[in-house]
Amino acid sequence: MPEGIARIHVSMKVNGKLYSREVEPRMLLVEFLREEISLTGTHIGCDSSYCGACTVLLNGKSVKSCTVFAFQADGADVLTVEGLARNGELHPVQRAFSDCHGFQCGYCTPGLLMSTLQLLDEHPQPTEAEIRKGIAGNTCRCTGYQNIFKAIRAASAAGPRSQ
Amino acid sequence: MYPRAFAYHRAASYAEAVSLLGELGEEAKLLAGGQSLIPLMKLRLSAPRHLVDLNFIPQTSYIHSNGALRFGAMTRHAEIAASTDAVRIPILRDCAAGIADPQVRNLGTIGGSIAEADPTGDWAPVLLATGATVKALGPNGERTIDIGKFVLDAYTTALQPAEVVTEIEVPLPPERSGGAYIALKRCAPVYASASVAVQLTMEDDLTCKEARIVLGVLGLTAARVGAAEETLRGQPVTPQRIARVGDAVMDIAQPQSDMRGSAEYKRHAAGALAKLAVEAALRRARGEQVEVTHLYA
Repeated sequence: MPEGIARIHVSMKVNGKLYSREVEPRMLLVEFLREEISLTGTHIGCDSSYCGACTVLLNGKSVKSCTVFAFQADGADVLTVEGLARNGELHPVQRAFSDCHGFQCGYCTPGLLMSTLQLLDEHPQPTEAEIRKGIAGNTCRCTGYQNIFKAIRAASAAGPRSQ
Repeated sequence: MYPRAFAYHRAASYAEAVSLLGELGEEAKLLAGGQSLIPLMKLRLSAPRHLVDLNFIPQTSYIHSNGALRFGAMTRHAEIAASTDAVRIPILRDCAAGIADPQVRNLGTIGGSIAEADPTGDWAPVLLATGATVKALGPNGERTIDIGKFVLDAYTTALQPAEVVTEIEVPLPPERSGGAYIALKRCAPVYASASVAVQLTMEDDLTCKEARIVLGVLGLTAARVGAAEETLRGQPVTPQRIARVGDAVMDIAQPQSDMRGSAEYKRHAAGALAKLAVEAALRRARGEQVEVTHLYA
């Protein structure tokens, strides 16, 4: 780290657990998640705000964590793909992607799951147009998207997770 | 990719941001949502030594609707897209709901977008079509700048070195008004290939009283197309005249060929977008509910 630049204190709740770290100001949220607290489920794809593989929820809203500084999440609640399954049970959105084979190589999947979560939060019964618009910030280079659409429709039909 | 290292300064108020900019000088930049700035910093096209963070200043994200619509500079695009107040001026929703993708709209701000003055930005043509003003705070206090005098050139605004955008005000259009904003994009996350904003006020169902027609993306700044506006002002909005609006926009457009398309393709796209936007604006001015979305090709 260059001399004369102070580290800053950042603390955030990730998947319900509080993490506090001293980091370089230029640290991106995706690096905080992957390098500082070893949650590597959030993927780096294009690293240029295009592909959405790094999508996480920041205070309930989807963001591309390669295009957010860690300090922007200071004091926030962050949800990553690791926070979806509970007690070994897949989240209904994960279950639907698995059942419908909504992935092939799986690299884009964590980001797509998070975007689907936000989509179904805003539109529990999304139209086809809403589905397409809802995941317009996520790129999949394997599937051609048809099984992803199928998975999102299935997740919508299954409804939210019962608490 | 790492941006160049920078020192971090968290502003607790706009006044503090102004004084920080004054102290730190030219090597400082403001961070709003970061959705343009962070990619530029990662590519090191922008390499500030100091970043002044506006994200933790309270009460900077709001939509007030007494008389005009007033947007706090840190209001996120997604908040504007979902706002029941902003929808009173439908062209604003066309813009907010069409910017990039959901993730970018959740963080990107109207103030940051307009202060960045990226030639391919979506807000400038829409704010020009609606006659918006920009409020800025500086060392000498607050001032209000007409949007037409705010964006001066690509990435260049009328802001003084230590001034901060605090609010954008959009006047409520008169009765029988309607507008529309349509962009042509290869896909959601990328910049548009061409875009057109139209805001009409009608005398009656057929005759146009006032027209603002703005071409986005293709020049160094968004620009009104006077010849296209003249075609409609005081005239019946017939299919023939709408076709002439398209021709006028094509005549004035001087796009560059690049990865988003050839100059010829973009010129034709701009003409077609202008006609579609006039048609949608006209129907809205007549009181119809018209859903407008960007075109993806």
